[in-house]
Amino acid sequence: MTHPLQGSAAELVWLLPTLPFLGFLINGWLSIRGAMRERVSTHPARVTDAHARHPQFTLVSAVGVGTVLAAFGVALAVFAALVAAPSDAGPFVQTYGSWLPSGDLRVDWAFQVDRLSMVMALIVTGIGALIHLFSVGYMAEDPGYPRYFAYLNLFVFFMLTLVLGASYAVIFVGWEGVGLASYLLIGFWFSETRNADAGKKAFIVNRVGDFGFLIAMFLLWANLGSLDFRDVAARSTELAAGGGLVTAICLFLFLGAAGKSAQMPLYIWLPDAMAGPTPVSALIHAATMVTGGVYLVARSADLFALAPAASLTVVIVGAITAIFAAVIGLKQWDIKKVLAYSTVSQLGMMFVAVGSGAYVAGVFHLVTHAFFKALLFLGAGAVIHALHHAYHEVHDTTSDAQDLRLMGGLRRQMPWTFGLMWAATLAIAGIPVLSGFFSKDEILATVFRQASGSALASASWLGISGAFILWVAYGVLLVTALLTAVYMTRMMLYAFHGPSRVPGAASAHVHDSPWVMRAPLVVLGVLTVVGGWLNLPALLPMGPVAVLEHWLEPVVSRGAGLLSAGSAALSHGTEQGLIGAAVAVAVLGIGLAIWRCRPAAVPAIDAAQPTSGIEYVLANKFFVDEAIQRVIVQPIVKMSRLVLWRGIDVGLLDGVFVRGPGYLTRGIAWAGARLQSGLVGSYVWVIAIAVLALLGLMLVGGTR
Amino acid sequence: MITESLFLSAVLFAIGVGGVLIRRNALMLFMCVELMLNAVNLSFVALSRVHGVDGQVFVIFVMTVAAAEAAVGLAIIIAAFRHFKSADLADIRLLGG
Repeated sequence: MTHPLQGSAAELVWLLPTLPFLGFLINGWLSIRGAMRERVSTHPARVTDAHARHPQFTLVSAVGVGTVLAAFGVALAVFAALVAAPSDAGPFVQTYGSWLPSGDLRVDWAFQVDRLSMVMALIVTGIGALIHLFSVGYMAEDPGYPRYFAYLNLFVFFMLTLVLGASYAVIFVGWEGVGLASYLLIGFWFSETRNADAGKKAFIVNRVGDFGFLIAMFLLWANLGSLDFRDVAARSTELAAGGGLVTAICLFLFLGAAGKSAQMPLYIWLPDAMAGPTPVSALIHAATMVTGGVYLVARSADLFALAPAASLTVVIVGAITAIFAAVIGLKQWDIKKVLAYSTVSQLGMMFVAVGSGAYVAGVFHLVTHAFFKALLFLGAGAVIHALHHAYHEVHDTTSDAQDLRLMGGLRRQMPWTFGLMWAATLAIAGIPVLSGFFSKDEILATVFRQASGSALASASWLGISGAFILWVAYGVLLVTALLTAVYMTRMMLYAFHGPSRVPGAASAHVHDSPWVMRAPLVVLGVLTVVGGWLNLPALLPMGPVAVLEHWLEPVVSRGAGLLSAGSAALSHGTEQGLIGAAVAVAVLGIGLAIWRCRPAAVPAIDAAQPTSGIEYVLANKFFVDEAIQRVIVQPIVKMSRLVLWRGIDVGLLDGVFVRGPGYLTRGIAWAGARLQSGLVGSYVWVIAIAVLALLGLMLVGGTR
Repeated sequence: MITESLFLSAVLFAIGVGGVLIRRNALMLFMCVELMLNAVNLSFVALSRVHGVDGQVFVIFVMTVAAAEAAVGLAIIIAAFRHFKSADLADIRLLGG
């Protein structure tokens, strides 16, 4: 019965979350201690010179980066053990204690080592370590340096709990924890209300999704009697395939995933989340946390395969999100907002993939996206950092370091960032042999293949046939790919090409970032270029074919098989056609952007905003925030104010239950005070009358 | 004989009660209370003719208590008078609500 991984390095899996947690404790302690000292210190240097390094800079950096790097080492060791184990070994579950032993419900603190969770763990710790390293340069002069690394380590701890959890309940702990870390980091510079509000928005919008996750867990527990992945997978066959119950479970799970992974209509928090430091955007809001939803759906492949209607819902929502966010991304001026909408759009693509049963394609795109989007965000961070410093040099405190209208021509001053970001841009656009090309092509090809003859295509969603939905999704994704190429090229053109629009003398002070920030960019650049080799299509014989596909087969093949049953493999001709189409739209998009987006014709930052037409709608992001404000937020605020506050709180609780007893006692006291006149004469009268009354009673009653 | 004594006792008691109810001077009130006590004493003595000597014993007790009460009561009245410059009970209402 012993698992082949018993006694191997896989038993070290507990170290993975523990190391970053240690980092969190140490850095958190340093941060608190520093804050206490600051309060009593009269040393003026820290206050006046904001651009000085933290006194414990070296220690904090070593702990912050070191713990995550060590976790990456452990992840590699576990991964190596997993590679050595036979593929049919099944998940290796390590239980560390009982968490919720309550009646029949039994939830353990348990981590699961399997092929999917370790891929995620490698991404989280690997990319995480790179971004931690980048942060050493990016945040070096921030007075909250230890606090930043404490939060970042805390995030890695929770993210690893999320990906390694062996049951929905343990995943949920990580799920909520990354939400907390995300909230803390979005509002890292909390002294500005805007940033604090963005953090709150992310947290609250995520609550909507978490509600779905919780309901799904309740349903699973009530019907399958377990939250453990192995049990759920084993007993999922007890659920009626395509029945209402399993569909409901999957839809609620997807609601949770949509919240965390910023899908329609819960995507609104992600663009605002850009208020946090840029490495945070790279780590949490591009590479890892937001892909948690995709991971959850892939993890629940066995369930989703039983509910084609739910899977089609995932496809529909993913496709709508993909194109919607891409369209918005076309007209953003904030460099991070462009990338944020791009992330939302790419996440939509991943959901189309996992929804259509292409779990491997979804996870593949998740991985490559983590590479190139982290690179793009860190590159943007390098640009912002450089501009920020340049403005600081010339004492310019008003110019926005993130606005594309104030960039331009940076390729001369920042050649490294320029080259690496172009590589990532071409990757995300889908130019051949870069990583994004392979993953995006695989998603497109799988959706195309699933659209004819598969079990999913013959299912229906509210009367619409699955085949139709998949065909439309394919078309939408193709258009999205075109738009992706357009807005990414536009961003690059405006940031790096043309004449410099950096105001004043600051332009002369812009330069490439120090090596501590450049090195992670270079590593990510390499990964961006070669990431595609993880999962080469059979058509292009450039190396071992479909490594990731074979790797993940034991985890997702059952679910994928159920959904794609009946679909035929694509002929080579079709496949070549699909690749051709994908490359064509990418090239077309880049060409379109070069033709339409002239860096020389960028409007001035104070130019009048469009007030009508499509430009107006795009500049305002389709008014989704405004609509949600009007339809959901304001009624709730109004209802809370009138009913809950004025009615129940002030009226009922304060009025009746708090003041009521007060008035009652005062009334009784008033009456009592009137009786107690202090006049002996009146007391005597009372006594006399009472005695007479008693005597009278005795006479009438005849008692002795 | 007993009937007349009890009747006299009742009349005296009623006068005492009436005095307590009507009078406002503390001293008068006090004397009316004494009157009521003595009315009761009278009925005790009268009834002891029928029921044995217990009533007479009780009278001794009542007189003792009345003496003590008189001492304390008069002292209080004098103290109150010194304080309020009046023995009128309508003027003494410090404990009024």
